[in-house]
Amino acid sequence: MTEAYVLALLPFLAAVGAAATPRMAAIWGLCATLINLGASILLAARILSGGDMRADLGDWPAPLGISLVADGLAAVMLSMTAIVATAVALQAMSWGLVQPRGGQQRSRLQAGFWPLWLATLGALNALFLSGDLFNIYVTFEILGLSAVGLTALTGSRNSLRAAFDYLAAGLAGSLVFLLGVALAYAAVGRVDLAAVPALVDTATGRLALGLIFAGLAVKAALFPLHFWMPAAHSSAAPAASAVLSALVVKGALYLALRITIEAGAGIEVLRIALAVLGAAGMLWGSWMALRAERLKLLVAYSTVAQIGLITLAIGVADDPSTSAMWQAAALLMLSHALAKAAMFLAVGRIAEELGHDRISGLNRTDLRPGVAEFAFAIAAVSLIGLPPTAGFIGKWLLIDGLIDRGAWVWIALLLGGTALSAAYLSRVVSRCLRGGPHVAPGARRPEWRTGDVAALGLATTALALGLGSALPLTLLNGTAL
Amino acid sequence: MTELLPLAILMTSLCAAPIILAIPERARTLRTTINLTAATLKVGLVAWLSIAVAAGGEFNLRLGIAPGLDLHLQADALSVLFLALSAVLWFLTTIYAIGYLEGGADRSRFFGFFSLCVAATVGIAMAGNLFTFLIFFELLTLATWPLVVHRGTAESHRAGRIYLAYTLGGGLALTLGTVWLYALAGDVPFAPRGVLGDLPQTAPLALTAIFVLLIAGVGVKAALFPLHGWLPLSMVAPAPVSALLHAVAVVKAGAFGIMRIVYDVYGVETVQLLGLAAPLAALAAVTIIWGSVRALTQDDLKKRLAYSTISQVSYITLGVALLSPVAAVGGLAHLIHQGIMKITLFLAAGNFAEGRGVKTVSAMDGMGRLMPGATIAFTIGSLGMIGVPPLAGFVSKWYLGSGGLDAGQPMVIALLAGSSLLNAAYFLPILYRAWFRDPPEGAPVKRRIGWMLAVPPAATAALILAAGLLANAPFSPLGWTRFIVSLEYL
Amino acid sequence: MTSETMYILAGVLLAALAMHRLCTARDALARILALNVLSVGIAMLMLLAGRVAGVTDAVPQAFVLTGIVVLVAVTAALLSLAERISGGDDD
Repeated sequence: MTEAYVLALLPFLAAVGAAATPRMAAIWGLCATLINLGASILLAARILSGGDMRADLGDWPAPLGISLVADGLAAVMLSMTAIVATAVALQAMSWGLVQPRGGQQRSRLQAGFWPLWLATLGALNALFLSGDLFNIYVTFEILGLSAVGLTALTGSRNSLRAAFDYLAAGLAGSLVFLLGVALAYAAVGRVDLAAVPALVDTATGRLALGLIFAGLAVKAALFPLHFWMPAAHSSAAPAASAVLSALVVKGALYLALRITIEAGAGIEVLRIALAVLGAAGMLWGSWMALRAERLKLLVAYSTVAQIGLITLAIGVADDPSTSAMWQAAALLMLSHALAKAAMFLAVGRIAEELGHDRISGLNRTDLRPGVAEFAFAIAAVSLIGLPPTAGFIGKWLLIDGLIDRGAWVWIALLLGGTALSAAYLSRVVSRCLRGGPHVAPGARRPEWRTGDVAALGLATTALALGLGSALPLTLLNGTAL
Repeated sequence: MTELLPLAILMTSLCAAPIILAIPERARTLRTTINLTAATLKVGLVAWLSIAVAAGGEFNLRLGIAPGLDLHLQADALSVLFLALSAVLWFLTTIYAIGYLEGGADRSRFFGFFSLCVAATVGIAMAGNLFTFLIFFELLTLATWPLVVHRGTAESHRAGRIYLAYTLGGGLALTLGTVWLYALAGDVPFAPRGVLGDLPQTAPLALTAIFVLLIAGVGVKAALFPLHGWLPLSMVAPAPVSALLHAVAVVKAGAFGIMRIVYDVYGVETVQLLGLAAPLAALAAVTIIWGSVRALTQDDLKKRLAYSTISQVSYITLGVALLSPVAAVGGLAHLIHQGIMKITLFLAAGNFAEGRGVKTVSAMDGMGRLMPGATIAFTIGSLGMIGVPPLAGFVSKWYLGSGGLDAGQPMVIALLAGSSLLNAAYFLPILYRAWFRDPPEGAPVKRRIGWMLAVPPAATAALILAAGLLANAPFSPLGWTRFIVSLEYL
Repeated sequence: MTSETMYILAGVLLAALAMHRLCTARDALARILALNVLSVGIAMLMLLAGRVAGVTDAVPQAFVLTGIVVLVAVTAALLSLAERISGGDDD
């Protein structure tokens, strides 16, 4: 379990270190991210060979102490976070390892980034390892505050407004969530996740679950509670947007998946509500992405759509004790995290080179940020869910299960959503392909930056993940139900 | 070592693609070297594989993706047929494209996706189950899109959008059909005479629906009426791309998919049992006539060829759908024959456009005198398409016709005769203008045609002659298809 | 009407009012206040959930306490953001 302790504690320690010594922040960040990656791989390997693990911090047992639980689903989420974290750290490396003395505004952004990002990482890890709802509430708060910090980091008026809305919505969601936790305690006298099945049997318990999901819906930016999200994700710095869109919303989605798995077949109404809202979000997000004029906004609305898709997958999955359909949702989350992070990093590079992110101005003739555009295109393939990406395997598992049940309406919605995502993403890629003979003879191709490497590496990983789906699926198969 | 041959064949182009994409635009020699090395290597490896398969060798490579879901590469006789076509024509088209795009922009991007496109084609040829087929089929869509829009004009982007909408839509249908079939039958490996067991008795309706979805999915690429709309539009692409799309990659992938679905997933008996052959044959017949009729009125040379492709590819579908072994030989052989004939026509048409700026039928006057080499190649290709003996097209039509009689469908003879008349009606005027009219006064030379542009069409024209004259040799397309058909119909 | 019912009603009423204000108000300060009122309403409901048959359980009270701590921190963050938004010109 050493790995679990490292994952839950090290990022926080590094965050403190980075805050205390701003000039060395990047070194703290890089070291912590790499150790985090190693620890998550070790943890996954250990779970693959030895099954689930559980540990009580300081040997205090459940009701009072904090217990860490690591199973296959947690390992998949932790590895996902660690991989994205590595790429984000690489992108942030382009600011330089050691800050010069007396830097100006730029270095405030850099010094602020690392502690906030490390705290976000720690909160996510702790969230995935938590075994009870109250601890999860606490990790949500840390996550929310540090994520808001990331949003506001650029200090522009837009990003501050977005951060305010984000924080206000997040707090309201948390309060509702907390009420749900308290009611759950009132209903069954405990708050660990294993108590969820018992909740289904009482009226108070069902109310508690409803409130918990309402809180999660705000935090996950599930339609129609997504209002705070596009502005927040599109106005942050690229590395921050990648973290927010790829990872932070996954915290809430993960918990939704976890609870539906634990609750089994007993929460039919809630599942249907999730599926309906998910489908609506998928269509609405796609529609807004089709109409978006700015690249970052398009990608942010695509996150609304993809969250809808994942929620739909959580909602329509059959009883997990008899079917593996829920694994589709986990796989879609994994695929979305990698691809969306890659996409935001690529967009960041494109905007940095072009000086703007208007979609209509992408086909500049004298400048071609080719590598970043290519990374964007590969990430788009993953997001649409074309073979051989993990998104495709996820959709395959989902459709397979739905066909068995004869649920043709959901299948039609799923395929419709896929077509829409192809439509809005091809808008961008087609602009990137424009050029041909129009490109001026002296067209400049920007130098490679670490940000390009990060985006391309992440996008390629997302693409290759489909062929390696056997690994996450084996991990998920071992998840105790 | 030999068992890794399919993987090696796939990798020659799959690895070449990212390398070429990463090469700087200026590094012309390096790019050409990698291109030609990969293409040559592939021809050699495919030849090796053909010999091994003819000797009864079996190739199966699997990679587990999810429970019950394998990535499966195999090489059987039908694979080899398609592989040989793509390897040889890729080699020739690569040479042509290097010459054609000399001095153009974005060549690294072009050749990168060109390689990826062939990798997808090769993957389709060697797919061992429907899932693997689907993966490479979609990859083909993605790899060809940048080629279609390569010129970067508004017109080519419109064509690209329409192409993408058609093919991704088809991809969705194919995906749904495939998942559905997997949900019913588990893994769907390709095997002669079908793999569905007793499903035709227990779930005939579902199987019929799946068949429609699958055929609609691959039918988009095969340009089956009414799913053919993208093909004439995508003619805005550079000539080597058109050649590749029409002769080797896209439409052939569709036609090949129809073969796989009918022969190796459903099996001839099941298709007959479910009564699915007749509608498919009727659709093919409509497409044959429709394409030919539309070709008559096109003045743009490449558009005329495009409609001709729509018509000719459906010969393959017709041969498959008639469910007679003799017709099957004709259809399968036409996969190759149409490929070499159509590529000849497109490469020659590209040379007309490059050498003299001639892009329309009405401007073809006197081309025989101005560019005799290209015009001879074009003539051989046209006569082959019409079905003049002893060229390749005659062999296919002969077998298709006899197959029609064999299947008790004498209407097929009338269809073939009508189609051949139409073929003659839209090809012969071009030949007449080229050979018997005088060239316009002082026709300007736009560009000198170097050997890289001249040799490929000559080579494919020679192949047309060879495929017809040597039809009875064991390794000729006809000989090989007889071998395949003997496995499908026992 | 028992005191417990009144407690529930008051809590729900406070929460509902605060939610309404939160959704409709544009002013930053009004929204911050609405969030604080919301948390009071929710805290009342939580405290009630801890009373089973007249005996008070300590755990929900601990929940409320944590909630208050979080609320103070978040309110501070919100106030500082609001201050920066309105005074951002001279930055």
